[in-house]
This record gives sequence, structure tokens and C-alpha cells, in this order.
Amino acid sequence: MSTENTSTTDLTTQPATLASELFAPGVGAQAGPPTTPASDTGTAGDVQPGAHSHGGPTPTGSPAERFTSTDPDAFGVPTGREETWRFTPMKRVRALLDGAPSDASLTWTSDLPEGVELTSVEAGDPLLKELPEPVDRLAALARQRSGGAAVVRVPAEAQLDRPVTLGLAGTGADEVVWGQLVVQVGAFAKATVVLDHTGLARYAGGVTVLVGDSAQVTLVSVQDWAPGAVHGGQYDAVVGRDATFKQVVVTLGGDLVRLVSNVQYAGPGGSAELFGVYFADETQHQEHRLWVDHAVPNCTSNVLYKGALQGEDARTVWIGDVRIRPAATGTETYELNRNLVLTDGARADSVPNLEIETGEIVGAGHASATGRFDDEQLFYLCSRGIDAETARRLVVRGFFADVVQHIGVDELQDRLMGSIDTRLGALPGLDEQPVEVA
Amino acid sequence: MSVLEIRDLHVTVGEGDDTKEILRGVDLTVRSGETHAIMGPNGSGKSTLAYSIAGHPKYTITGGTVTLDGEDVLAMSVDERARAGLFLAMQYPVEVPGVSVSNFLRTAATAIKGEAPKLRTWVKDVKTEMAGLEMDSAFAERNVNEGFSGGEKKRHEILQMRLLKPAIAILDETDSGLDVDALRVVSEGVNRSREDGDVGVLLITHYTRILKYIKPDFVHVFVAGKVVDEGGPELAAKLEDEGYASYVKASAEVSTS
Repeated sequence: MSTENTSTTDLTTQPATLASELFAPGVGAQAGPPTTPASDTGTAGDVQPGAHSHGGPTPTGSPAERFTSTDPDAFGVPTGREETWRFTPMKRVRALLDGAPSDASLTWTSDLPEGVELTSVEAGDPLLKELPEPVDRLAALARQRSGGAAVVRVPAEAQLDRPVTLGLAGTGADEVVWGQLVVQVGAFAKATVVLDHTGLARYAGGVTVLVGDSAQVTLVSVQDWAPGAVHGGQYDAVVGRDATFKQVVVTLGGDLVRLVSNVQYAGPGGSAELFGVYFADETQHQEHRLWVDHAVPNCTSNVLYKGALQGEDARTVWIGDVRIRPAATGTETYELNRNLVLTDGARADSVPNLEIETGEIVGAGHASATGRFDDEQLFYLCSRGIDAETARRLVVRGFFADVVQHIGVDELQDRLMGSIDTRLGALPGLDEQPVEVA
Repeated sequence: MSVLEIRDLHVTVGEGDDTKEILRGVDLTVRSGETHAIMGPNGSGKSTLAYSIAGHPKYTITGGTVTLDGEDVLAMSVDERARAGLFLAMQYPVEVPGVSVSNFLRTAATAIKGEAPKLRTWVKDVKTEMAGLEMDSAFAERNVNEGFSGGEKKRHEILQMRLLKPAIAILDETDSGLDVDALRVVSEGVNRSREDGDVGVLLITHYTRILKYIKPDFVHVFVAGKVVDEGGPELAAKLEDEGYASYVKASAEVSTS
């Protein structure tokens, strides 16, 4: 999606009542609902398998399975022409794909509430075999080279009095740091885990969150890296029956950040919310790829990612894949990506992709928009006496605050909004930009 | 004592071949303490007048003057106009995600008054005004206009008018889309401002029903981009009975002759 033009897609399958809920057994969906739906209400039953896709021509039948493997060589060495790598500047990410072994590590600081355990397991531990497999070479290398994993355990039914915080600080970019973290949260527990990445590093890190049945887990991953840092990794969440998983990804720093976030459901009734904010300055590359796999009934997913870009060659990529498999009846999903381009010379790519393989869903939709300031918002604020400079800050700040407020950790929210304010302060020529209204 | 003077105002919208003249020589004077109703059919340019005075960049002023106490309003930026004492209650207020009502109101009040209002009295003022408009206090923590119902948006507009205390307030179809209760609440808010001080009000409306609550001193009939008739409250009664048909017909005859 070009940043030169404001482009918007907004496609929604309206919620529809399932025929099976309305009628006695034996009365099929073809009987239609008893009342006439509003004219703009499409029934989910109208959706043909694979009918709604922006991923290019859809072959007949189900789309191909995504290839996964724990063997890095099974993926081959990407050239940059592959679909999953075509947006990534290969030269800058190369070290994470070459896979030279290293013993380098990040400096860890941890704040563990009562009852939370931080341990490690060796390579070959049964726990690691249960994890979702890597989806690309970078993730497979991280899994293999890390030689085990750090494990955060939150016992069943635990109610933590504060978030689990892991500060992961880079100490230099000479050697690649390989890492694997597993967060295991027991049934009915409620926990927030914050991963706070800072400093200078070249880091390939996998993170897997195993959300026990009925547990409520929030994972916050902050990429507040120093300039020059390179960070790639795969985040997986396995959401238990009736469990709630919330992920908040905040990418501000580093030279290149490329995170792949996957969600799968281990049982029905699970809910996943994926929030993200990113702010790319001059030459920064920030790539967030999401994959939500609905394979069991009655689960929900909600994706909201917002990004701002400023400066020459600021680059962001957002890929949002959602798949609703034939068995995933009663699914409700929505994904939204918004990009705010603050200056010329920046580029945002936004690719939502929804594969629906059953008509018996509650609703599915996505929207994506990339554009400049909303000038009507600026006019509204200015018409209340607020000068254009302050109004712009309010709008951009509000644009981010909208997502950051989902973190639910006040100190962290304040720190991140502070970082964003600082970045906005550095906005070149903000004063000179006229209020443009289309 | 303030005077808003509009003289022979001409305004176009669009560029090049798409340029369309909307306002064709508007003359109007609004003084402190006066309430003027501008009434006209859809598409007559009523809202264009409101937005042109507020400085919306979509509209191009091609002729005429607008002054507030002799100061050239048209030379001012949008925010300067507001700080000079003009206020526009919009028909379709926009959502500003992530900006809370309370933060927005305080930022606006600070800008208008030139200094941050004292927190204690400010919070009290906001609460009092919200109660007066029958708004729940939780409203202050919501994001500006986000998910507001039509009635909530209009109450929020009048709340701003109450708190920012403009010299001249332009209310653009504030009555549209309101049920009877909301119309009463919003109108009472406007009337409080009229009683409290000497605000001048320019009330833009398509229908006469808001005039049952807010009694105008003057009524101007607006057709095809200009004022075609003026009078007192009795003119509103006439429009209620007869509608705009005779004016529109006369205007069409003039433009084709």
C-alpha cells in the first residue's frame, strides 16, 4: 500500500445468527432467519470458503499449510525474494540468518512476584518439544542455537500482585545473541509479563507463551533498543480452553526489528488480543507479521496495530494473517492496522489477509489505512484555540495512547508515552507544515 | 461588548474547473447579547458560512470581510480566531482517538485563557457544567467524540462553549438529530450562556423547533448563498407555516433571469 495516497480498505462480514441456534435440529440454514435482516447485514453463511482473501489468487480448496520445522536448513537460506522475506532488508538481517554459533547473551534483570519461578531447561527437554515449531530460518536458528530455554513459570490459580518484568539489555553488537524464552502460565492464573529490550545487540529470540485453561495472560514486549540494534524473533501463544491472551508489542528503537507473532488455540472459548505500536524514524525498519490460526470452535481474536513513520527511509511492514479453518465454527475475529505517515520519504506496507473456510462464524473483518494527519481532527482542535503544533502532538500522542493504554501497567505506559513525546519533539519542521485539508 | 461583522462575504469551494461559489455576498452583524437565527433550506450555504468564519481551509474567501471588534478575522489562523473569541459548535464533531475529553478541555481552556486554569476550580467548573448538561461524569475519561451518540456529541459541543466562554458562538445545526429531551438540555445550556454573560449567538438551523427553546432576537432567511429576508421572531413563525418555497422560487427566478 503506497504511502503517497491515503488508501483504505474496510471489509467486514457482519455478525450473523447461526441457523442452528434459531431453529430446531433438522431445520437447515437454507430456511433462513425468521426475520428479515437489515439490508446491509450479510449472513456469514453466504461466505464461500476462501472467498475473502487479499493474498492473491486462492487455489481451489484450502490454502497451503504454513511450513514449519525445527531444522534451520529445512528452510534454506532466504534470498529476499521469498514471500516472507520480500519486505526485509536482507543485508541488515543477514547475521541472524547465517547462524554462527555464539555464547553471547543479553544482560537479564528480573522482577519476579511471589510464586513466580525463573529457571532454565537444557536442549532436548520435553517442554521444548511441545512448543509450536519455527516458521522461518531465523526462528529455527534461534531455537537451535540457544541450546535450551529460559522458563518463567506462573503456578495455576496464581494472582500476581505486580507484573513479571524481565529486562533484557544488549551489551554490544559484535556477536549474535540467540535466545529462547518459554512463559508457562497455569490454569486459572492471572499474570502480566513484560519483556523490556534495551541496549545494543544483534538478537534472535524466540518467545513462547503457554496459556493454561481459563488463565488470563498479558505479554508486553517493548523494543526500546539503542540505535544500530537488530532484533528478529518468533512469538507464539498457545491459548488454552476459555483462556484470555493479550499481547502488546511496542517497537520504538533499533535499526531493524522483525517480529513474527503467532496465535493458536488449544481448546474452544479462547480469546486473543494482539496490540502493537511502532514508531519508525529515519532508516529504521520495523516489521510485524501476525498469524492467528483459528482451528477450534468459539474463539475470538482482535488485532490492533498502529504505527507512525517519520524521516527518510523510515520503513514499516505489517502483515496480518488470520485463518478460520473448517472446524472453527463460532469464530469472531477483527484486525485493524493504521499507519500515520508524518513526513515524505517514509513507506508503510500493510497487508491484511483473511482466509475463511467455514460460513458458521460470528463475524470476521479487517481494515487497513495508511495516511497523513487527519486534518479534520486538527481543524477541530485548532477551532478550540489549540495551536497547530500542540494539536498535532495531541493527535499523534492520542493515536499511540489508544493502543498503549491496553498495557495496563501505569509506569510502563508513562515511560513509553514519554519516549514517544521525545520522538515527536524531534519531528523536523513540524511548525512549518501547513494544515492541509483535502 | 463584541461585534462580529460580515460584509459582502463571497466564498468558493473546490479548485479549477470544480470551483463552486457557495456564498454570494453575505452581510450580517452579530453583537454581544444578541441571538440571530440563520434559517434556510439544505444546500443554501448556512454551514459554509459557519465554517468560513471559523477558518476551515476547505473554503476559499474570494471577497468581502469578516471582523471581530474591528480585527480582521480572515487574516487569523484557525486557533487565533478561537482565541479572539469565536466558537463554532459543529454539526459533525470529529473523533480524536486517544485524547480524553478532560485532557482536551483543559488544553483548550489553557489555550483560550493563555494560562492553565487552576486545577481545583477547573475540576469543579467542569463537573458543574457536565451536570447542567445531564452528562455522566465518566464522560470526561472517554476519548473525544469516540463512540459518542449524536446527543452526546452535541452536549459535548455545548459543554465546550460553556467552559470556553466565547464572545460570539456559532451553533451549526446543533438541533439536528436530537430527541426532544436532548434538544431541551442542549438549549438550556445555550440559554445559560446567554443569561450569564453577553455572548452573541449565531444559530444556524434548518428547522424552527430549536427556536421554541432558544428565542432569537433576529431571524435571517438564507437562500442560495445570501441573506434574502430578515425580521424578528415572527419571521420564524412564518417559515414554520410556509416553509422556504417562496424564497427558493424567487431566488431561482433571479438567477435564471
